[in-house]
Amino acid sequence: MSADDYYKVLGVSRDASDDAIKRAYRKLARKYHPDVNTGADAAQMFQTVSEAYDVLRDPEKRAAYDQYGADWQNPRPQASWDGGFGFAPDDMGRAGAADFDDIFKAFGSGGFAQRAVQHVRLEVDLEDVFAGARKRVELRLPQLDQQGRVVWRTETLDIDIPKGLSEGQHLRLQADGTELIAEVAVKPHPIFRLDGRDISVDLPVTPWEAALGARVAMPTPSGKVEIRVPPNARSGQKLRLKGKGLPGAVAGDLFATLLIINPPVKSAEAKELYEKMAREFRFDPRRARE
Amino acid sequence: MRRASPSSVEVIEALTLTELSQFCHVKVDWVVALVDYGVLDPLGRDASDWRFSPPNVLRARKARRLTHDLGLNLAGVALVLDLIEERDALSRKLAQIGR
Repeated sequence: MSADDYYKVLGVSRDASDDAIKRAYRKLARKYHPDVNTGADAAQMFQTVSEAYDVLRDPEKRAAYDQYGADWQNPRPQASWDGGFGFAPDDMGRAGAADFDDIFKAFGSGGFAQRAVQHVRLEVDLEDVFAGARKRVELRLPQLDQQGRVVWRTETLDIDIPKGLSEGQHLRLQADGTELIAEVAVKPHPIFRLDGRDISVDLPVTPWEAALGARVAMPTPSGKVEIRVPPNARSGQKLRLKGKGLPGAVAGDLFATLLIINPPVKSAEAKELYEKMAREFRFDPRRARE
Repeated sequence: MRRASPSSVEVIEALTLTELSQFCHVKVDWVVALVDYGVLDPLGRDASDWRFSPPNVLRARKARRLTHDLGLNLAGVALVLDLIEERDALSRKLAQIGR
């Protein structure tokens, strides 16, 4: 899958001992394991590192790699990392393919027919779980052909995302006799943050709105609502709209965090206004610290 | 290619012990050990009527990956999962403060 130099990937020299390779791999596996490292590249790095180790740990594969380089074998090995990560979703809400490792284990232990539960990851938008939506997803499912070999077939499914589904919940679906369990992952949203059933959003306000109190328009996943900012509001203060988070038996709350934004000084008049405030207020926010 | 009827979707509220072990492709004993180590916290009095909520299902799958990929034992997995959750909670807090 990648033409990376396996020795470079593991950070070892070409004459490194087996022990040195094992040590380098263990260290990198801990560093990049996608359950530990939440960075965007971690899953890819983990896979690359696993692939490199898979070859370099085995004397025969290593010798072949040393001789032929990246094309040492065809087909190339699958990294053992099992699904859930690393399936780059496209904008259509494509679900990740069922994971290889688990599926082939399932074949080995009891056969496909008896253990036809597949795991897929379903990436959805926050708006979808907030209001419910029908999503078209493509799944790659394993199937045995007439010679008993595993072949992949593509299924297109329309899935109704129930309203109020939250991150980490699972759906059970049937596709052509195969039972699928789909883990719901909510994609990061540019404005809203999801924490369990609660939704948070930053709400920028002007200094005078914060000081005097105001009614301002606030975005929610279902459109704008008016919210009352109390007088003498502080920056970072949270306003709670009860029950306006993810809907459900126990609906979540919507939290707005106030951010006071100062207008920039771009004219003599603006400068004069700030100077007047400086003269009139005699306010020192640092005094309390002394 | 085929369309499934959209009505075939069911939200899973919880998995049984057998379902969870099949789902994670592990032996039942291994899931029981995860419960003993406090990694999983099922509802129900004994193993026959245990119900694993979605967060438990996620933890079980993470635990399996961590043992499989990093060679951790159960005590190690339990500690790592606790620390990861603590770290995630802190970084969420940090993200809110930093904004």
